[in-house]
Amino acid sequence: MLKIENLVVRYGMIEAIKGISFEVNDGEIVTLIGANGAGKTTTMHAISGLVKPAAGSIMLDGTDLMKIPAHKIVSAGLAQVPERRRVFAQETVEENLQLGAYTRKDKAGIAEDMERVFESFPRLRERRTQLAGTLSGGEQQMLAMGRALMAKPKILLMDEPSMGLSPLLVREIFHIIEDINRQGTTILLVEQNAKMALAVADRAYVLETGKITLEGTGSELANDPRVQAAYLGG
Amino acid sequence: MALLSYLISGLGLGSVYAIIALGYTMVYGIAKMLNFAHGDVIMIGAYAAFFAMTRFGLPVLLSVLLSMVVCTVLGVVIERLAYKPLRQASNLSVLITAIGVSYLLQNGAQLLWSSSTKVFPSILAGGSLQLFGGKLSVSWLSILTILVCIAVMVCLTLFVNKTLTGKAMRACAEDKGAALLMGINVDRIISITFAIGSGLAAIAAVLFCAAYPSVYPTLGSMPGIKAFTAAVFGGIGSIPGAFLGGLLLGIIETLAKAYISTQLADAIVFAVLIIVLLIKPSGLLGRKISEKV
Repeated sequence: MLKIENLVVRYGMIEAIKGISFEVNDGEIVTLIGANGAGKTTTMHAISGLVKPAAGSIMLDGTDLMKIPAHKIVSAGLAQVPERRRVFAQETVEENLQLGAYTRKDKAGIAEDMERVFESFPRLRERRTQLAGTLSGGEQQMLAMGRALMAKPKILLMDEPSMGLSPLLVREIFHIIEDINRQGTTILLVEQNAKMALAVADRAYVLETGKITLEGTGSELANDPRVQAAYLGG
Repeated sequence: MALLSYLISGLGLGSVYAIIALGYTMVYGIAKMLNFAHGDVIMIGAYAAFFAMTRFGLPVLLSVLLSMVVCTVLGVVIERLAYKPLRQASNLSVLITAIGVSYLLQNGAQLLWSSSTKVFPSILAGGSLQLFGGKLSVSWLSILTILVCIAVMVCLTLFVNKTLTGKAMRACAEDKGAALLMGINVDRIISITFAIGSGLAAIAAVLFCAAYPSVYPTLGSMPGIKAFTAAVFGGIGSIPGAFLGGLLLGIIETLAKAYISTQLADAIVFAVLIIVLLIKPSGLLGRKISEKV
C-alpha cells in the first residue's frame, strides 16, 4: 500500500534521513522504532508532506505523494495522528472531528463516522461541545485519533501516540490501535515505547540516526538481542 | 444630552475603525503578519467608489459593491504577488515588503489620479434624527455606520463559527501544520482571509469618505494606523477584540476632541493605548502573543 524508496530529507546542511526504504502492506500494522532524534517524526512529516524530501519516492497505491500538493494527501487516503496530538485547542471536540472530515463531501457518511468515533471513544461524546484545549492528555490523544479517522483513511500514520500518558492509558490506546486495524485500516506506527509497539506490530523497522538498521516481524525484533539491549531495557 | 450625542458619533467613527481593524486582525491571526498596506487598500476602495459614482453615475449601493470587488481582487493579488513568496522568510522581510506595497499603492494612485483632493459625493440625503424634542440630534450617517458595523460583526461571527471554511480558518490560525494534515489548503484559506479583509476595507472606505468627504492618495494612512491601533488595543488576532477596540477608540477620540482638545485628541488616543498595553500586553481580549515585529 505504502512504499517508501531511498527517502532523503535534509534540514539545511544536516541530513536527517539518509536514504531509507520500507513498505507497509494492506492491512498491516508496521512500526518504526528508534531513539529520540533517529528521524522517526521527520519520516512521518515527509510522508504527510509537512517537510519536502530532497530525494526518493513515496508511493501510496500508485500515487506519488511527493508529486501532489500536501493538502491533497488526505484525499489520496492517508491521515496522520501527529506527535503531541496537535488538536485545535480553541475549537470544540465536535469541530475538531468535522475538520478531520474536511476533504469529504458525503454528509451522511460523515455523520455515520462521527457516530462511530463517539462509540469507540464515549468520553468524546460526553465532551462534544467542550473546547479541545480543556481535555486531558488521554482524551486529546483519543480526539486526535478520532479526528484522523474522520478522514476515512486507507492508511493511518500515528506518531508517538503513547507520549506523556499513564501506563494504563497507554495500554488502552494500544488496544484501540489494534481495533482500528481490525476494522480494516492499515497502520504505520512510530513509537519510543518499543515494547508495546513491537507487541502489536506485524512487522517493524529500527531507525538509527536516519538509517534503517534492522527489520523483521514484531516478534523477531522483540527477541533480537540487539533490540533488547538498545530499546527494551536489556 | 451633549455627552450622549458625542457618544453616538464616537460609536459611528469607532464603527469605521472596527471594520478596518478586522482586516488587520484576521490577516494577523492567520498569516501572522502585519499588513501595513491595508490602509492603502481603503484608499483604492475610496477612489473606486468615487469614480463609480461620479464618472459612471452608478447608484451608491452598486458603487459600494464595485469598490468591494476591486478591493477584494487587489487584496488577493497583493497577497499572491508580494507576501506568498515570503511565506518562509523572516517577519522583518514581510513587514518591509508590506510597507513597500503601501508606498507603491500611494504613489501609483498619485501617478494615476494626481495628488489633488477630490470631493467625495454624499451618500445619504444628510440631515439628522431629532430625539427628545430636538434636544438630541443624531446624524443619519452615524446611524447607518453603526448598523453596517453590527451587520458585519454578526455575519463575520456566524461565518467564522458556523461554516466549515470558518472552522478551517480558526484551525489555520492555531496550527497551520495540523490544518494541512486535515487536508486544508492553507494557501487558499490565507487568500480568503485577505479577500474578506479587503472587501471590508471597501465598506469602511465609503463610510469613512461619507464622513470626511475628501479623496487623496494618502487618505488611508490615518484611518489605517488608527484601526491598527484599535486592533492592538482589542487584542490583535481576536475578532471581537477588533470590534471592541475600534468602538472604544472612536469614542475616546470623539470625547477627547469634544472635551479636551482637538489637537491633542490623537495623542490622547495613543496614550490610552500605551496604558492599556502596559496593564494588559496582549490587548483587551487578546490571548498571549509571542510574535515579534
